[in-house]
Amino acid sequence: MDINTPFFKARASEALQDANLQQALGNLKQGFPHKRAIAVERMPEFEALRDQGRDLKNHILEHLDLYLEQFESKVTENGGQVHWARTGDDANRIILDICQQVNAKTVTKGKSMVSEETGLNDYLEKNGIQPVETDLGEYILQLRGDHPSHIIAPAIHLNLEDVSEAFHAHHNKPKSDDPVTLMQEARDALREKFVVADVGITGANFCVAETGSTIIVTNEGNGDLTQTLPKTHIVITSIEKVVPTLEDMTLFLRLLARSATGQEFTVYNTLSSGPRREGDQDGPENFHVVLVDNGRSEMVGSQFQDMLRCIRCSACMNHCPVYGAVGGHSYGWVYPGPMGSVLTPKMIGIEKGAALPNASTFCGKCESVCPVRIPLPKLMRHWREDEFSKHLTPKAARYGLGSWAFLAKRPALYRQFTKASSWGLKLLANSPFGGKKGKLESLPLASGWTDFRDMPAPQGETFMQQWKKRQNAEQTDGDAS
Amino acid sequence: MSQQHTPQRPSPNVGLFITCLADMFRPSIGFATVKLLEQTGCRVSVPEQQTCCGQPAYNTGDRRTSAEIARMTIDAFAGYEYLVAPSGSCVGMIKYYPELFDAEDPYQQLAQSLADRSYEITSFLFDVIGIEALQAQLQQLTIPRTVTYHDSCSGLRQLGIKQQPRELLKQINGLQIEEMTEAETCCGFGGTFCVKYPEISNRMVSNKSEFINDSGADTLVGGDLGCLLNMAGKLQRLGKDTPDALVEARHVVELLADMLDTPGIGEQDVRRLKATTPTTDFALGTEITGSAAQPRK
Repeated sequence: MDINTPFFKARASEALQDANLQQALGNLKQGFPHKRAIAVERMPEFEALRDQGRDLKNHILEHLDLYLEQFESKVTENGGQVHWARTGDDANRIILDICQQVNAKTVTKGKSMVSEETGLNDYLEKNGIQPVETDLGEYILQLRGDHPSHIIAPAIHLNLEDVSEAFHAHHNKPKSDDPVTLMQEARDALREKFVVADVGITGANFCVAETGSTIIVTNEGNGDLTQTLPKTHIVITSIEKVVPTLEDMTLFLRLLARSATGQEFTVYNTLSSGPRREGDQDGPENFHVVLVDNGRSEMVGSQFQDMLRCIRCSACMNHCPVYGAVGGHSYGWVYPGPMGSVLTPKMIGIEKGAALPNASTFCGKCESVCPVRIPLPKLMRHWREDEFSKHLTPKAARYGLGSWAFLAKRPALYRQFTKASSWGLKLLANSPFGGKKGKLESLPLASGWTDFRDMPAPQGETFMQQWKKRQNAEQTDGDAS
Repeated sequence: MSQQHTPQRPSPNVGLFITCLADMFRPSIGFATVKLLEQTGCRVSVPEQQTCCGQPAYNTGDRRTSAEIARMTIDAFAGYEYLVAPSGSCVGMIKYYPELFDAEDPYQQLAQSLADRSYEITSFLFDVIGIEALQAQLQQLTIPRTVTYHDSCSGLRQLGIKQQPRELLKQINGLQIEEMTEAETCCGFGGTFCVKYPEISNRMVSNKSEFINDSGADTLVGGDLGCLLNMAGKLQRLGKDTPDALVEARHVVELLADMLDTPGIGEQDVRRLKATTPTTDFALGTEITGSAAQPRK
């Protein structure tokens, strides 16, 4: 996928003008956060579960190698195969290889953000294999040559008309704007694909070390057809998804559904534990798990380790006022919102990704809803520190900060500066330019502020000046009495 | 301005951290804070060697400058039992000071000590001093007000300030609180954020303004001047053609200290708030009206 992260600001600007998108984002804001709040209220132990989730993930990350090896040996024992992919390209090559071994022509795909990260669809297509997305949102995006703007509601940026047009262009049916008809069209089109697919590719929400199982949670059931009908099932997932036991998995399932959609449980929770066994009525003949690293193992033991706790619920972006204003595509790569602002610089480099961790007021809402308590603002700040130490901070900001710091470290000089500034601004506000209104309607060098709002004028003398006068007056009073 | 100390109370030695914005833009916030502290029996000083809490540097990723400023602030407040500031954001920054020093640096412990002694004003009054000390001092409002409270992010989520300002405000006779929708959502100020990403910030403060206006309150109250400048500036820009209908923006200490004789934030004159139910305004000798002026039944 193209990296458009350096253009965040311009993309955000366009997004803010896009009425359709703004409407869609409004719906999102009314939807998921509201449902989550209800689900959380109905579960008094939710906050305690968040603590447990955080602690368990920390434990897993401390012993990641152990659990991954246990997972691999269990998968092998079950008759499956684990492949280790250091990079996204490695993962794509491994998957192509498997597909070619079984002479695959079409593959069906369940929703997988890791496959977005590796750019799997493009890679398969370039190599003569047709991937078909089977999650409804992803399917619509694929028809439009589009990409997800949200990690669990990938087509959230589209409206009914967009879907109607896309289906009309591809389905050979009369144009319809009836959601039920459109749904049936997608169902019919996808059924054909499910039946003929040679390989089914899914992601995994968790990998269970004790049983060698992977699990996907979906609300459409498309994942089940993707992974049980073809002869070969490939799971593409990343190394931090491993959990020790089935019991541990259920803790995260409880957190995930509530945090994501406000459901108590996702509709389909499907475990895969290796290929079809003797006597099984269905299931694939071959079972592969591709475990993608792509920079994650470098995060273990680093100041970004906490990010690996993420279970991809999307609560951070659903509650983020910045995401809610500009939508997922503004972020310019695979992962949007606060979690994306931490992960993306790791994966594409801070040189290209610096706009994202800067696009936050550090309001802390994301951290307050994260099911595994990832300190997202703190991690974004770490990226700003990385950016600053590599001299990547934009010049204007750097010089501005430098001059301010020079003063802030010298109280006497700082007093002179604040005194002069208050006086100057007050004077300006009282001048004909200021209109004598107690505020400034435009200010050179501060147009980012005054383009959109007035700048309240200082009251006059600074507090420190007035305080000094009060002290002196009290002193004089004291002397006189 | 010197006040009588409440008798039979220990008088804590408080250092006021004025904050750079209150110092420059709205000194009356500082004097209101001092008044409240003195009314509740504190001895208040304003250490000379303070400037800014260092947050701009910290949030830009410049840890070295942050640490230098932290060191200066730690020294400036070394002799005080408490540091109190009229801002959750600046106090929040001071709570980060310990992270700026290595464990072996002597300033690490000093930073921790200052962090533990630092309070935002409403939390200091409510959690440390206790509401009783203030109750006796609170004046009845000469003009009834309906206020809506914006929860600034650092105060709310880092320091847990939510009920403190509301509990204090509720003690004021003639004041009614009307909660806005999404009181806890960021106003879009975010320090340097509002100039780095002005258009996004604008969207956020526009949403906020809608919630404020829809609340039916005549006064917007908050605990952080940065956010208040942002919201007041937006409310005034949006309502420039209907100045009489503007919601007046004020820092919470101005109401608690009954210092309403200064114009609202970004206003030239002290404004008489619009009201619709007849009440007698003794101070001004005129009749004012306001459905919002009715105390909650």
